[in-house]
Amino acid sequence: MNPSMITSPAIFSVDGMVGIVFLIMVAITVTGGLIACNSERLVRAVAGLIVCFVGVAGLYYFLNSPFVAMMQILIYVGAVAVTISFAIMLAAPEEQKKVGSGGPLVGPFGFATSALLTGSLSVLVIKTDWKSFEKINSGTIKEIGLNLLTSYSMVFELVSIVLLIAILGALVIARAGREG
Amino acid sequence: MSLTLLNVIVAVVIAIAFAAANAAYLVWAERRGAARIQRRPGPNINGPFGLLQPPLDGIKLMAKQLLIPGGADKVLFIAAPVLAMFPAIMSFVTIPFSDSIVAKNMNVGILMIFAFASMGGMSLLFAGWSSRNKYAMMSSVRAVSQAVAYEIPMLITTITVVMIAGSMDLMEIVHQQSASILHWNIFPLLGNSHNILMPFSFLIFFTCTLAETNRAPFDLGEAESELVAGFHTEYGSMGFGLFFMGEYANIVIGSCMTVILFLGGWSCPFGLFPGVWWFLLKLYLLIATFIWIRWTFPRTTIYGLLNLSWKILIPLSLFNLLFTAGLIKVF
Repeated sequence: MNPSMITSPAIFSVDGMVGIVFLIMVAITVTGGLIACNSERLVRAVAGLIVCFVGVAGLYYFLNSPFVAMMQILIYVGAVAVTISFAIMLAAPEEQKKVGSGGPLVGPFGFATSALLTGSLSVLVIKTDWKSFEKINSGTIKEIGLNLLTSYSMVFELVSIVLLIAILGALVIARAGREG
Repeated sequence: MSLTLLNVIVAVVIAIAFAAANAAYLVWAERRGAARIQRRPGPNINGPFGLLQPPLDGIKLMAKQLLIPGGADKVLFIAAPVLAMFPAIMSFVTIPFSDSIVAKNMNVGILMIFAFASMGGMSLLFAGWSSRNKYAMMSSVRAVSQAVAYEIPMLITTITVVMIAGSMDLMEIVHQQSASILHWNIFPLLGNSHNILMPFSFLIFFTCTLAETNRAPFDLGEAESELVAGFHTEYGSMGFGLFFMGEYANIVIGSCMTVILFLGGWSCPFGLFPGVWWFLLKLYLLIATFIWIRWTFPRTTIYGLLNLSWKILIPLSLFNLLFTAGLIKVF
């Protein structure tokens, strides 16, 4: 689509409302991310992470893939965030303030990195020939399952290998800790 | 769009009202049931049969001051009860009470309910951590490990039902069972579930529902004799009220899911007058069973609880899953 053809819709039209919902989701995601990065208490950071996950799930839902949105909540909020908070609460029961300086990426170098990333992503967004806003497929579980086991079976297999490696890695780390 | 928005708002308001009314009167039913089982009167002073007790309790809770203990994490302390109530209300939006009474039917309805149910664990964790109380902290760790442990057999059992139905759409699942009592998923005789293990699936699912909602005999999270009152030790007034409402809303949702997945939803056992009344009848019978179980069985230990899940229910449900898959492949 030619960028010059894009006009901003009226606020109370259908597109306008959809846009507002989209912006709310983006705001939730960004707020969650900021809380996660900037809070001094680790547990609050986890809470921010959860807010961020929920915002991302909202974006998926907005993009017409409720399945991915629900899996996002089920896996990331229900499992990953719970695991992270368990780790934090068991490892550091008292709240711990941030101590010491950050890594080498803190400061001007970090700023430059993020500026570079933002710039290149923006260029990518502007240059890409986006498809117009329409349903690519119905987004049902059947559709996803068929695609995963036919067109994208390679990706599916690779994901399972990644998971296997992650489990093995966790076992190796846990064993080392137990012996030491 | 504006109509849809209005629909959503109306649906959410009705869901909140339904959850609140159920919570209030299930507490009454619970106390009366407990009293009957223990051969004592129970709340019977206010109004006929004590029916005015719940609103009076509500007023009392709302009139109380919200105390925040010193050293508590204020933001999380206030957010936790809200987080306990929110997923329950979200789940009500997609539960079909009858052919026409459903706010938003989704083709991933089951997933949606489990996704939001899994958020409940976070609220317990935050409640326990933010109140800066050892008992609350230990209780929340217990409650969450229990929730995580029982989510697995529950999801695996649900997958068996989804495999039989070939759909995650709650309405579709009910429609497939609607012919007669013999088509219900709990009975392996007619319909599309020729799986003779379905009654066991039902039992596993029901046990997991009991555990997921932190009900006795699995109420290790709020074991009064060990942990004062568990994760809500430090909560007074409406913070406590919200946890209570969330707990009863979760019981209602768990029973709704059991009714939909195994007991034919709003269909009638003998094919007459299907409708929301059948759904509610089955729902409240199940909830009565919940109350009955709570006041009949003593509390288990935390090890017994976790062993039951990891060593018995998960292998059983996995076997059940494989067996069902094999049956579907063969027939």
